[in-house]
Amino acid sequence: MHQTAEFHKRVKDALNNSQLRSNFRVAMDGLMEKRSNAFPDKQFLEELRITGSKLRANALVKQADLLEQLEANCTRNGIKVHWAETIEEANHIVLGIMDSHNATRMIKGKSMVSEEMELNHFLEAHGKECVESDLGEYIIQLDHETPSHIIAPAIHKSKQEIAKLFQSKHPDIPYSEDIETMTRSARQILRSKFYDAEIGLSGVNFAVAETGTICLVENEGNGRMCTTAPPVHIAVTGIEKVLEKLEDVPPLLKLLTRSASGQHISTYFNMITSPRKPGEKDGPKEVHLVLLDNQRSKIYEDEELFDSLRCIRCGACMNHCPVYTKIGGHAYGSLIPGPIGSVIEPQKFGLDKFGILPTNSTLCGACGEVCPVKIPLPKLLHRLRYEQVRNDHTGATNGQGSRRSAKEAMIWKLWSWAHARPAVYRTGTKVAALFRGLMPNKMGPWTRVRTAPKIAPKSLHELAREEGFDNE
Amino acid sequence: MSLVKHYPDKPQKVYFFGTCLIDMLYPEAGLAGMQLLKREGIQVIFPQNQTCCGQPAWNSGYRDETPAVVMNQVRSFPKDYPIVVPSGSCAGMMRHHYPEVFKDKPESDLVNAFSERVFELTEFLVHVLKIELKDLGAPTKVALHTSCSARREMGVADEHESLLRQLGNVQLVEQVRKAECCGFGGTFAVKHPDISAAMVADKAQAITETGAEQLVSGDCGCLMNITGHMEHKGIGPKGQHIASFLWERTHASDS
Ligand code: SF4
Repeated sequence: MHQTAEFHKRVKDALNNSQLRSNFRVAMDGLMEKRSNAFPDKQFLEELRITGSKLRANALVKQADLLEQLEANCTRNGIKVHWAETIEEANHIVLGIMDSHNATRMIKGKSMVSEEMELNHFLEAHGKECVESDLGEYIIQLDHETPSHIIAPAIHKSKQEIAKLFQSKHPDIPYSEDIETMTRSARQILRSKFYDAEIGLSGVNFAVAETGTICLVENEGNGRMCTTAPPVHIAVTGIEKVLEKLEDVPPLLKLLTRSASGQHISTYFNMITSPRKPGEKDGPKEVHLVLLDNQRSKIYEDEELFDSLRCIRCGACMNHCPVYTKIGGHAYGSLIPGPIGSVIEPQKFGLDKFGILPTNSTLCGACGEVCPVKIPLPKLLHRLRYEQVRNDHTGATNGQGSRRSAKEAMIWKLWSWAHARPAVYRTGTKVAALFRGLMPNKMGPWTRVRTAPKIAPKSLHELAREEGFDNE
Repeated sequence: MSLVKHYPDKPQKVYFFGTCLIDMLYPEAGLAGMQLLKREGIQVIFPQNQTCCGQPAWNSGYRDETPAVVMNQVRSFPKDYPIVVPSGSCAGMMRHHYPEVFKDKPESDLVNAFSERVFELTEFLVHVLKIELKDLGAPTKVALHTSCSARREMGVADEHESLLRQLGNVQLVEQVRKAECCGFGGTFAVKHPDISAAMVADKAQAITETGAEQLVSGDCGCLMNITGHMEHKGIGPKGQHIASFLWERTHASDS
């Protein structure tokens, strides 16, 4: 299995990279502590999570109506709304807008949907320049990498690694490992890009149907620059980001920033409801909103997997995931890593491509415990494990049954048969105990780092009988 | 946790579900659990027809291979006595996932009624039996690893700790990142051996650093994983199931 071998190779590389391991360990420990400090009152947290999950669930249930309402209100406010079923369509919409303005330069705020679209790639192939202005995104763009975390895309790099990268790409700037100094240098470089760009692109955190408002959460101010400095602003979003009412925003914002970075509020919170109005001195002359489906409506059809669409992309599930912390984001091989990535990416791109991801969890429950909108992540991972080995072809998940192997299926059938028959089971344990001296000391990967478990001379069944414990 | 649990009054009889791992590898832990219950003056019944809770197939995605095994347990524990399980993981399967296994199936009422009778050993000792322990052992330092299912699914981490804290001569020490998974995860350890190895290495190191003389856990899967690794590396303390530990330290004729 190609994808499996590649996955294991990436995992091995990551695990053997002690710098990477320590970068993630330190960063995730920090993020976990910040989140925990931001929620000192567990009752408050629990109530807020319940509110948040209800608001997101409500918006999803009414999604079709809300999207229409969003479109109507945006249009009334002067925002042009575009619908894209596929990544390709979305990319062409953005290209079309650029071409209609004879634009060649785009400045980008952080947007995971644009990463999903591989927009930079696409536009560069069409002769356009796209510059990432979020510091983390800028760093990985310099190094031709993809994000390793959904809110902190360059978290896999240490400051020394970033300093070296800056030096190699901008030899004229004096070398520094000081974060402030590096940030200042990046700002200086980006400043001119903001002036030159004809198009600013951003993501969307919430799209409010009631008012036709695009909400954007950020910390660096680059998002505000992208959405105000260039004459044209394009916002790209997945269709699931729609909310019903403006009053739904504050609880979700509280959850988002606290869960993501432990902040009570982000440094910037932008609400965009129209392009520049006559008489106004700043703001873009045109605002576009691109609504991307890309399999979301398919996920929507399954009443259990539907819950994965509640995600507000806070990253807490990866910060708290013991597997993510060990291997980092790139090892997953998917755009979105960690528990939510292991749930969403196989649904979007097929279990045949990403079926390894749902197995890559101990189901320890740390993710589900912290998710601000109470997505039952372990349950959804579990469900996808089923989808990938079932062979009745009734579910709608992409790539269903693709990881079923005849051997594994046979083993579980026999296992089930033996464990449903007490007499067979008892004979089995007796036989195992009799031959325990013959148990191999090597049991494949298990004993590479552990001693082999030892079968006891007498089973509990036997001991219970001997000690006179009743059978019924 | 968020689950509101209702505990029954102290019953006259209980069932004991030993779990397949204890049955084969740690039978003394099962026996200790039964002895702890019996000492509180209740009759402990060990149905000889019990096998495995069914979790291995269920968590591997083989949902169609699970119901037959589940039904064997449901049939083996027919009376309305509480069912005590010395494992957060198996108790979690029986309490929270059996209803999912039989969701929308004709047997679902029967299975739900079974699940409501399932208790993890430490919660049963604390809340139902209100056990009082008298420590007869020598002073010692102990680290506790609470399994993820005991902690998150069953919500009995406090119960594990409170039992150990009843023991006057036991000093409970805390490892860093104590709530982090040890990397066992059933078939995860086999399917993702490298990640599992990295996880257990960190866990074993954290426990070793506490200087504990003994590691205690309520789940034999974690124990097998962590102590297996520590033995392999020649580090860390010996491990024991919490039932064996409690029994040994409070059992008069043994000391
Ligand atoms: S699944 Fe939950 S915890 Fe993970 S990113 Fe989404 S909202 Fe945050």
